[in-house]
Amino acid sequence: MNKPLRRVAIFCGLLILALLLRDNWLQYVRADELNTHSSNKRVQIERYANQRGNIIVDGKPITGSADSKDPYYKYKRTYTDGPMWAPVTGYASQAYDANQIEKIEDGILTGNDDRLFFDRTLAMFTGEEKKGGDVVTTLSGAAQKAAFEGLGNNTGAVVAIEPKTGKILALASTPSYDPSSFAGYSGKDEKAWVALEKDKSKPKLNRAIREIYPPGSVFKVVTAAAALENGKVSDINAATDTPEGWKIPLSTKPMVNHAKGCANASLKRALDISCNSVFAKLGDDVGVEKMTEMAEKFGFNAEQFTPVRSAASVYDKKADRGGNALSSIGQFNTATTPLQMAMVTAAIANDGKLMKPYMIDQLRAPNLDVIKQNEPEEMSRPVSAQNAQLLQQMMESVVTNGTGGNADLNMDGVKVGGKTGTAQHGDKNAKRPYAWFISYAKTAEGSPVAVAVIVEDSAGTDREDISGGGLAAPIAKAVMKAVMKNNG
Amino acid sequence: MSVVTNTTTIGAIEAPSRRNTELALLAFAVVIPVFAYLNVGLAIDGKVPAGMAGYGLGLALLAGVAHLVVRKWAPYSDPLLLPLATLLNGMGLVLIWRLDQSPRLIAKSINDFGSFSPDAPKQMMYSAIGIAMFVGVLLLLKDHRVLQRYTYISMVTALVLLLLPLVPGLGSPVFGAKIWINIAGFSIQPGEFAKIVLAVFFSGYLMVKRDALALASRRFMGLYLPRGRDLGPILTIWAVSLLILIFENDLGTSLLFFGMFVIMLYVATERTSWIVMGLGMSVAGAVGVASFASHVQARVDAWADPFACAKSVNACDQMTQVLMSFGSGGILGTGLGQGNSDLIGFAANSDFIFATVGEELGLTGVMVFLLFYGLIVERGIRTALAARDPFGKLLAMGLSGAFALQIFVVAGGVMGLIPLTGMTMPFLAYGGSSVIANWALVGILIRISDTARRPAPAPAPSPDAEMTQVVRP
Repeated sequence: MNKPLRRVAIFCGLLILALLLRDNWLQYVRADELNTHSSNKRVQIERYANQRGNIIVDGKPITGSADSKDPYYKYKRTYTDGPMWAPVTGYASQAYDANQIEKIEDGILTGNDDRLFFDRTLAMFTGEEKKGGDVVTTLSGAAQKAAFEGLGNNTGAVVAIEPKTGKILALASTPSYDPSSFAGYSGKDEKAWVALEKDKSKPKLNRAIREIYPPGSVFKVVTAAAALENGKVSDINAATDTPEGWKIPLSTKPMVNHAKGCANASLKRALDISCNSVFAKLGDDVGVEKMTEMAEKFGFNAEQFTPVRSAASVYDKKADRGGNALSSIGQFNTATTPLQMAMVTAAIANDGKLMKPYMIDQLRAPNLDVIKQNEPEEMSRPVSAQNAQLLQQMMESVVTNGTGGNADLNMDGVKVGGKTGTAQHGDKNAKRPYAWFISYAKTAEGSPVAVAVIVEDSAGTDREDISGGGLAAPIAKAVMKAVMKNNG
Repeated sequence: MSVVTNTTTIGAIEAPSRRNTELALLAFAVVIPVFAYLNVGLAIDGKVPAGMAGYGLGLALLAGVAHLVVRKWAPYSDPLLLPLATLLNGMGLVLIWRLDQSPRLIAKSINDFGSFSPDAPKQMMYSAIGIAMFVGVLLLLKDHRVLQRYTYISMVTALVLLLLPLVPGLGSPVFGAKIWINIAGFSIQPGEFAKIVLAVFFSGYLMVKRDALALASRRFMGLYLPRGRDLGPILTIWAVSLLILIFENDLGTSLLFFGMFVIMLYVATERTSWIVMGLGMSVAGAVGVASFASHVQARVDAWADPFACAKSVNACDQMTQVLMSFGSGGILGTGLGQGNSDLIGFAANSDFIFATVGEELGLTGVMVFLLFYGLIVERGIRTALAARDPFGKLLAMGLSGAFALQIFVVAGGVMGLIPLTGMTMPFLAYGGSSVIANWALVGILIRISDTARRPAPAPAPSPDAEMTQVVRP
């Protein structure tokens, strides 16, 4: 009986071998895939196993980490003024993952980042509880508050940038949501999440950077910049050769002006009263190629990483002559994020130098050591300093003589430049137009703030009243005022 | 100088008993789990666990009693079996205690049953009963050949045990598989005991019938085919296995018993044709049942792609949790007490305890445990090889083969190699039946190995002794 016994012994050995091979397959080959599988709760458990680091504004945390008294996740994310800061922080939810800063800097916030290895090891020996690091933002609490409160119950967004550095000072979007409401995983959290998902007003959409709108007249500053840079206009006070009722190329329709006195108006006057015909003709003169080039220098047709990714603003480079003329007054296919318009304003206010917008100033270890310090970075130079100053003169004139009077700060030594916009949209432009306003404030030391404001449909306002100057400019003014007060 | 210089008589060479080797290994088998216990305590609470002394002393006491009994009543037995079983049992206790500390499992238990009671103390008690069973086997079973007398009683007992879970009111399905019975508040897995009783029956039966099964055959295409009337036994066992598969919904139990029978039949008859037939019948049976019985099909689906049905089917979700638990362990594991294998929830410390090994001790730990089990099987088969009587050979082979198949079926099930079954890892998993039955199994193997390695009785002194002197050259 010994021969079959030996064979069975080999068979049993093969059974064990099969198990060993399977185990290697499972725990070595497939380990990563299983470990990071979307239904593997361990990722989330790890995220909330220790006190999560905070997101910091003006030296104070706008997030928190509370003991969740729950066997699955030890800590739970909390937010101070959640709806106001949601476009900045994003959310970190036990049930619904995380986004924006909470997701991008998850490694620092949980303390698992490789750069925190030394701190972790040290904490292991000193017996301290492991903690996450902090993310210090560039935002300004006062500016953010002014923006959020200025928008109020309207649907809209505000972006404010410090032109000389590119630091984002305010990033507001309304209607907003409270990320605390679904930070856990209970039935209540699920209900809040589902309600937000279903809400037709899309509270979770970050309008400041993720939504693109037709810019309307505020885009005219880009067209003015292109005309100056390409030598189509050299004297902003000289009359342009633009007849009233200028015909749109490839079309029989004339360009309609809402303002009077646009015939042969100078560039400066045309911007003051927002003449469509003048800018459409200038855009046509410059041509689609050069117009696109200028727009792209300002950041169009590309996603921006702040590091939170923005949507790409659009300038249609394949437009025909007629399309290009309409594009030049911010209609047709032109669409932009509020962030993009703030960048345009900031570049002009910073004498033609566009700084890369960013909202994370530094990453800090739990012991407050700085792990990474972000420095201002030049992105491009869309216009020369000389032309930038001409553009500033014109935008300042809009505030003093033109449609943007509501934005004037009336502060000594502070010049304010701006531009209004009322963008029509929808089928046959039947929907209520968007109210835009872009502006900057400037002192002798340079410009501390540039703002872009959009107010979508506003309930209870007559269509005629929806103009950038009426609805959006006061918000921009409040934000600029908050920044000036903070600085000075 | 190798020249024989003196007159000698040829006598038996004294075989080493290896009891001291066993004692030294047992010391490791006790110390390693105690360190593991300390490790869990430090990882979870950050301090030396209060129960460590009690646990260490208890385990040492059980191992010591078992060792002394072996030293006295089975002095020539295999020295590895007892330490291996002790180590696995000790580690099992640590893992169960570790899962007792899980706030998630405590919360789940309170949520589902209104209360929570730790399983580790109960398992400690079962281990003590198991060791008592082991001692009882060695004390009462002075010679394993006695079991031969109970061949047919064993058959009846085994059938009753196997079919008990099907009795209405007695069987309680756990997670689909009906392999449990409930008596007076105790859950018992009769299959674990049936495993041993069936091995006794097969050994007795095959020892008597092996000549008929082996020799009366026709040669066909290079294979010896048995006569039709000799097919009776294998067909009967096959039918019973299929019944288990269909009505108890447990592939593991079914595969275990049929596989054990085929292995023993092959060893008894030395005919490869039985293996071929056995494989053919199990494949036909499994495929046939899987395509007709929907509940078996559901298990197969949960095995084939658990992630696809995880949202809708509970069994799939559980399987994904088990797989992710293994995956999250990686090569070295998270360390005892630091994993999240408690996410498996139901039966985390019994059917799925191997996943905790996978997550907290990693690939390394799992391979070590698999090799320990492999070593037990190897020592069992070595005992079968060394046994001098055919009944002992068959019994040792049957028990080792069943043990090997059980390891394969359970570990293969939790690692997703084959569809999941309701059986548990011997010694490691929580459960009285399993621990007690497997200690009895080890007891029988130790008894057979003692008989096998015991030096042959010295030949009776021959009156001619004086005549066989080697004369000096």
